[in-house]
Amino acid sequence: MTDKLVQPFSQKRTAELAESLSAGGTIKGRSLWADARNRFVANKAAMASVVVLLLVFAFSLLGDYLTQFDNETIDWDVMGSVKELGRPSLSNGHWFGFDESGRDLYSRVVQGSRISLSVGLVGAFIAVMVGTLYGSVAGFVGGRVDSIMMRLVDIFMSIPYMFVLILLLVVFGRSISMLFVGIGLTAWLDMSRIVRGQTLSLKNREYVEAAVAMGVSTPKIITRHIVPNLLGVVVVYATLLVPQMILTESFISFLGLGVQEPDTSWGALISEGVKSMNYGTLWHLAFPLFFFVITIFCFFFIGDGLRDALDPKDR
Amino acid sequence: MNDLSPLLSVDDLRVWFDIKRQGAMPWTPTDTLKAVDGVSFDLMPGETLGIVGESGCGKSTLARAVMRMVPAETGTALWLGEDLLSMSKREMRGHRKEMQMIFQDPLASLDPRMTIGQIVAEPLKTHFPDLSAKEVKNRVREVLDRVGILPNMVNRYPHEFSGGQCQRIGIARALIVKPKLIICDEPVSALDVSIQAQVINLLMEIQQEMGLSLIFIAHDLSVVKHISNRVMVLYLGNVVEISDSVQLYKSPGHPYTEALISAVPIPDPKAEKGKEVMLLDRDLPSPLDPPSGCVFRTRCPIAEARCAESKPPLKDQGNGQAVACHLR
Repeated sequence: MTDKLVQPFSQKRTAELAESLSAGGTIKGRSLWADARNRFVANKAAMASVVVLLLVFAFSLLGDYLTQFDNETIDWDVMGSVKELGRPSLSNGHWFGFDESGRDLYSRVVQGSRISLSVGLVGAFIAVMVGTLYGSVAGFVGGRVDSIMMRLVDIFMSIPYMFVLILLLVVFGRSISMLFVGIGLTAWLDMSRIVRGQTLSLKNREYVEAAVAMGVSTPKIITRHIVPNLLGVVVVYATLLVPQMILTESFISFLGLGVQEPDTSWGALISEGVKSMNYGTLWHLAFPLFFFVITIFCFFFIGDGLRDALDPKDR
Repeated sequence: MNDLSPLLSVDDLRVWFDIKRQGAMPWTPTDTLKAVDGVSFDLMPGETLGIVGESGCGKSTLARAVMRMVPAETGTALWLGEDLLSMSKREMRGHRKEMQMIFQDPLASLDPRMTIGQIVAEPLKTHFPDLSAKEVKNRVREVLDRVGILPNMVNRYPHEFSGGQCQRIGIARALIVKPKLIICDEPVSALDVSIQAQVINLLMEIQQEMGLSLIFIAHDLSVVKHISNRVMVLYLGNVVEISDSVQLYKSPGHPYTEALISAVPIPDPKAEKGKEVMLLDRDLPSPLDPPSGCVFRTRCPIAEARCAESKPPLKDQGNGQAVACHLR
């Protein structure tokens, strides 16, 4: 019994270790990223959210193949009496029922998910790229450049973004690409402020000073030393930015300014569901709302998990 | 050694910082903090110059100004006859491989997201971008081996090493481009005493092997005594004494040096008990408002009226000792 306790490694493992220590092999280190990954995987809520989110993504991409109905065909028989004939039903294949105009709601939700998710991801991506570069340059170069760049951000921020977005959509027409541009234009401002703050604290770290002393050029220092060390904060903020983008898009669509028929999104579907709530067709609201809510929850849980994993001191 | 021309010759270097007063309006004039105020010294090839002084006396700022990491107000720093302080950034970058730096906090000076192999290779890749990957790898292994880190550790990350090992990695990074000068900014202050000795001995061995010059900044006088050929004592950004290190410890010239040396603990309880420590009155004056004349006069036990009138120049006393005091 005791003999077993004294030997924590099997002989094979010991031999492996001995071999890797001998001059030939190199020992693999464990990076901070690997540490963070282990902590993230251990976080149950975050991992469950990842699974659910993957299912939502799969639903938006592959959902069309699971039904025989498309999102355009109108069932004229149902159209006038959706409340009686358009209920969700497993027997006729219209799992989510019909929408107000007699189209298959399941296909409509798949279509809406696709647009909402892509708005969220693309919007967040634009915001992260622009914000990170802008903020790290402003923070690292400092001085007058920093003042001018950040005052510009202040000015943009002082304009109510919803007003700008609505104005853009009204002036240039309501289209999805305009929505992308409008949301991307305003969302990077917060990002750049966060990144600038982080850069300022990284700038005076000794390893950055060491890089300056050894003659590494400024762009290389930013890309090699500043940005990788910022990435933790950026990743966390980006995961929280995606639901924010989805919310913004939904709000705009809810107002009727965003996605236009025949395209749709979660916000547009929810808006329609709310309008028809009085007629007793609650499923119009329930299905899109369900996907909307779980997606946003999942992103928040993942963001939370990432923050705990990447910065264990802050927990 | 004296017939050689100096490697680095710093003349009348001044580094001033503008400090905004709290709640000041944008147009009110800023206060000036004279961090380094007219420092001159020569560094010979292969020589070690120790720089000592209490916190905030401008030791690190002096080193950073020579490395062009903080802008100097006036003065020159001749590197083999060329002025480092007036050359363009591009020219300076070319010279950076000849002078490297080692930092105080060993872990903080290594990028936590890079493996030590990447960290040590970085200066090589910066200054010799044409080297093949294999050659870089060989050089990295060679230099790591030299500082006593097993070369099979190249894929490990800084947080997996102890403080002493991290400092060795820092030394390896400085050595890999075969510099002529290494500026050590308090390289052992953050380490245990036993590790300090190892790191210092390593530095001395490497210096002998490669014929390096060292500028060794510290506030621990016994460490400086061990490693330096000459010692420069700074007080409030001014040089109060530059002297041969044996001479300095045997008979300190300036009253401030005297006080510093009397405060060094002796590792023998009996001797320590009977030792007389020369305590200085009052606190260090604010560097924003230094005393007139001799900066040390407010705390000097032998100050006279003329000390307030003019700044004492650095006078060569012969025997390799130069002291800035009216009375010595």
